[in-house]
Amino acid sequence: MATIYIDNVPYEVKPGKNLLEACLTLGINLPYFCWHPAMGSVGACRQCAVKVFKDEADTKGRLIMSCMEPVRDNIRLSVDEPEAKEFREHVIEWLMTNHPHDCAVCDEGGACHLQDMTVMSGHNYRRYEYKKRTYQNQYLGPFLNHEMNRCIQCYRCVRFYKDYAGGHDLDVFAAHNHVYFGRHENGVLENEFSGNLAEVCPTGVFTDKTLKQHYTRKWDLTMAPSVCQHCSLGCNISAGERYGSLRQITSRYNGEVNGYFICDRGRFGYEFVNSPARIRKALVRTHLPEAVTKEVALQEIWGELRQARLIGIGSPRASLESNFALKALVGENNFHLGVDENDQDLVDLSLKILRKGPARNFSLREVETADAVFILGEDLTNTAPMLALAVRQSVRQQPLAQVAQASIPFWQDAAARELVQDKKGPLFIASITATKLDEIATATAHASPDAIARLGFAVANLISENSPVVTHLSEAEETMAQQIADALKTAKKPLIISGCASGSEAVLKAAANIAGALCEQVKTAGIVLTVPECNSLGLAMLGGHRLESAFEAIQNGYADSVIILENNLYRCANKTAVDSFLGHAKEVLVLDHLHHATTEKARIVLPAGTFAEADGTLVNNEGRAQRFYQVYPTPEDLQESWRWLINIGTSLRHPVLSNWKNLDDINQALAEADNQFKGILAAAPPAEFRIAGQKIPRESHRFSGRTAMNAHHAVSEPKPPEDPDTPLTFTMEGYRGEPPSSIIPFFWSPGWNSIQSVNKYQEEIGGHLHHGDPGIRLIEPVQTNLTHYFSEVPEDFAPLQNHLFMVPLYHIFGSEEQSILAPGIAQRAPEPYVAICEADAHALQLKEGNNLDFSLEHQIIRLPVKINNDITKGTAGLPKGLPGVPYAELPAWAIILKQETTWKHQPQIIS
Amino acid sequence: MFSILRSMGLTFLHAFHKRDTIQYPEEKAKLFPRWRGRIVLTRDPDMGERCVGCYLCAAACPVDCISLQATEDETGRRYPEFFRINFSRCIFCGFCEEACPTYAIQLIPDFEMAEYNRQNLVYEKKDLLINSQGKYLGYNYYKVAGMAIGGKGKGEAINENPPVDVKSLIP
Ligand code: SF4
Ligand code: SF4
Ligand code: SF4
Ligand code: SF4
Ligand code: FES
Repeated sequence: MATIYIDNVPYEVKPGKNLLEACLTLGINLPYFCWHPAMGSVGACRQCAVKVFKDEADTKGRLIMSCMEPVRDNIRLSVDEPEAKEFREHVIEWLMTNHPHDCAVCDEGGACHLQDMTVMSGHNYRRYEYKKRTYQNQYLGPFLNHEMNRCIQCYRCVRFYKDYAGGHDLDVFAAHNHVYFGRHENGVLENEFSGNLAEVCPTGVFTDKTLKQHYTRKWDLTMAPSVCQHCSLGCNISAGERYGSLRQITSRYNGEVNGYFICDRGRFGYEFVNSPARIRKALVRTHLPEAVTKEVALQEIWGELRQARLIGIGSPRASLESNFALKALVGENNFHLGVDENDQDLVDLSLKILRKGPARNFSLREVETADAVFILGEDLTNTAPMLALAVRQSVRQQPLAQVAQASIPFWQDAAARELVQDKKGPLFIASITATKLDEIATATAHASPDAIARLGFAVANLISENSPVVTHLSEAEETMAQQIADALKTAKKPLIISGCASGSEAVLKAAANIAGALCEQVKTAGIVLTVPECNSLGLAMLGGHRLESAFEAIQNGYADSVIILENNLYRCANKTAVDSFLGHAKEVLVLDHLHHATTEKARIVLPAGTFAEADGTLVNNEGRAQRFYQVYPTPEDLQESWRWLINIGTSLRHPVLSNWKNLDDINQALAEADNQFKGILAAAPPAEFRIAGQKIPRESHRFSGRTAMNAHHAVSEPKPPEDPDTPLTFTMEGYRGEPPSSIIPFFWSPGWNSIQSVNKYQEEIGGHLHHGDPGIRLIEPVQTNLTHYFSEVPEDFAPLQNHLFMVPLYHIFGSEEQSILAPGIAQRAPEPYVAICEADAHALQLKEGNNLDFSLEHQIIRLPVKINNDITKGTAGLPKGLPGVPYAELPAWAIILKQETTWKHQPQIIS
Repeated sequence: MFSILRSMGLTFLHAFHKRDTIQYPEEKAKLFPRWRGRIVLTRDPDMGERCVGCYLCAAACPVDCISLQATEDETGRRYPEFFRINFSRCIFCGFCEEACPTYAIQLIPDFEMAEYNRQNLVYEKKDLLINSQGKYLGYNYYKVAGMAIGGKGKGEAINENPPVDVKSLIP
């Protein structure tokens, strides 16, 4: 610890940081623009000036930029010194000379760092009388709005976009006093993390375009802490509502998970909640009209299910509580996981690897600090986007060692990048096709899943003899394996990333072997496995039977009725099988929030709350249980799936469910029933939690319009809605101080209205939140010296005459079921296609865009060809989950149909 | 004793003073322009809607009786999609007028708003928007703001230079 004197008061601070961070950590308000905790300092804005004194006797001192000066023991500085204050006031005055008179129509207003810093610096009157500089704006796609006049030239946007996120199409143009931040021409910003610009830019240059369509100020949003539902990483988000519709998603800082950022799927995918395809009323198909009240629906269900032999189908995108409630309702033996056969095996295997393996399952934060990474079979940018962003940071680790050697602090961003240049730490990628991360990789291999697994097994064998030998490797493969093994062995914190996306168990096993082999040598080796959905891991931990056996149960009369929880079966099983299953079941009851092919076949449909209308817990790919909270009150008929299940259980006089009243009851029961879930009680405080006798408000103290927003319906205000499940209120009344980290609805602090106020919630800038980051890890690796190795090395892939081996490809915008319903995301999604290599196309006499007919699992499919030379010959890439591409369990062999085959079936649209 | 007599005398004299009580409603009270009565939404000198839907009035309102939703026309001009004031809650403090950056919302010298049914005190935009600038003449927010709207491109606001040519390196 170092002692520094700020305005003559001694403070103990951590050495190695800069003075700005030290001041902010101590809670001292010091304005800044260009410094960002995740991106370091460049000293561009001159806003963070303080005075530094030689010693006690020095009264004159000198002005320095606090973000550029490291903490030194016994350094004396002053924040309040008049000259320093005046300097800061001048700086902001200069920055404001060209600033437009826009606050009233600026989407940043009320959450604007520039507004906050202007007030903090004391500039309040415009003296500059001359003309303002102006710019033309650009069209940047469906996600971001551009208003260049508001720019203060802090360079944060390009530093984030290019340096941090690896984007190529945003830059700074022109020169001196009219630099321009934008694209070289109008067009969609390509990077998958572009949405973060809305938060990174301290002004209203880049703002959320989806918010603009239903614009609401931050102070008017009803907000709740939530967890992103669009992939398995479980990034923390804050979701905001106004007038009954969801308006905005922002990142919610979690020092262990997503840090300051989220991906565009997570930020802009929320609009499915406002989709016209929402189910808002209970439907009983035999009724006229179909829409019925909650009571009628429950009456109907009681009538139908009282005598029924019931099975339940769970969902990897529903909360742990909802799945557990269903499991309890139908009984352990009748609970089936609503996932595709292959996915179930893969997730089970992943769980086993994480549990039994010696390697630690890294959090995203730890991934950033890994110094050698090997990715097997995953296209991270499209399957787990934020993991790709973390990997981008990890390749800086080794070069940063050189920076440290040169005695440059790592946060001296410009100097560090200058020294490092293009040097990258070791990153190896073996994937089905080219990925966006390839550009920063040391070496890449594009191969079939089996070949990827073989490479992995070979690497494992080179690291530890105990791992099985791979025979018949090509020379290139051997060299690459050796290169990878060497890099991993010499690393201090090597990391293996793999997952379920390639659809191959062998790939997962190979990854496990490498991680195990590394652990024999480097104890800090880590592993990260991605899983298909936001709660896949939680569902696998809960456990249940296969979907196939649910089909059999109905077929052979073991059961006659089924409850399907938040699941479109047509996305996880063959159409014919699902058709026959739903056709044969006497009663089909579906709980979901969106209409889809399965709800169409259901006799009773119950409206379930989305993440914005429900409370629940998800287990992410790290095994971290995280709670998400209902954002706004809903009409009675729209409620959490688990509450519907409790209602059903109560009406059926179920011995367990009828005793449950709220979320805590379910969690309590779950923790008691299953040892693995003991930890979830600690994931978030119980509903009775109070601070100073008060709940935590979801609304800011400036929330407006509450005596007018419903006045057109009835001028007398209704009783404020209550929340029996959580320690949060739906109103502005409650405790105004800092709540525990897992129930922070939004970040705000006096004088800090923008998201930068998160500084006030951290133990140390950029570190953990006070009292620990949200979420509880449910899975820890075992400490063992005896690594278990998988021995099933697959044979190399061999093409088959007249066949193509269909492997899954993913798209960040398009592959996920719910986000694709957001108009912005849909606009970015590709058209359906099948990807084959040039050689195969040539052999089939096909050109880009021509239709390829093939039969896959008894379905005849026709899709336009996309030539992709990174696809192995004999294999073909089929985009998974994309609307217009029928479901098939992948990977699988497809039979190529003679191209003149008469066309019988249209591809069915998955909706 | 003397003071009592004096007070009685003074009181008696008032009988011969000019009367302050007026015969309302036959006779109207004389109110000054800054009198804080009924709230209106005004228009700019070009008769465009002045309100830009910035929500500041709503935030300033101590009884939270203003609620609105901002929206944009196809040219990017912001205006309120709906604007509602619940006058059964309004305390006529004038904070909204003070907060308004565009002079859109103004309190005017009219207090004759009594209703038998409280529900009728909920005013929507059609009840609030008037065809006048109200008491602040001449101000047009969009003429000074940097946003481009229909009829006003970038660099065409008051005190603005034409847009920068980003391809030029000339100082
Ligand atoms: S960027 Fe901030 S200061 Fe500038 S117009 Fe927008 S809200 Fe106002
Ligand atoms: S656009 Fe925003 S982030 Fe970029 S330089 Fe301007 S103010 Fe800074
Ligand atoms: S990476 Fe995944 S969890 Fe994180 S924001 Fe993106 S979709 Fe959501
Ligand atoms: S403060 Fe003025 S411009 Fe802003 S919403 Fe209210 S009336 Fe409209
Ligand atoms: S924050 Fe220190 S110079 Fe910009």
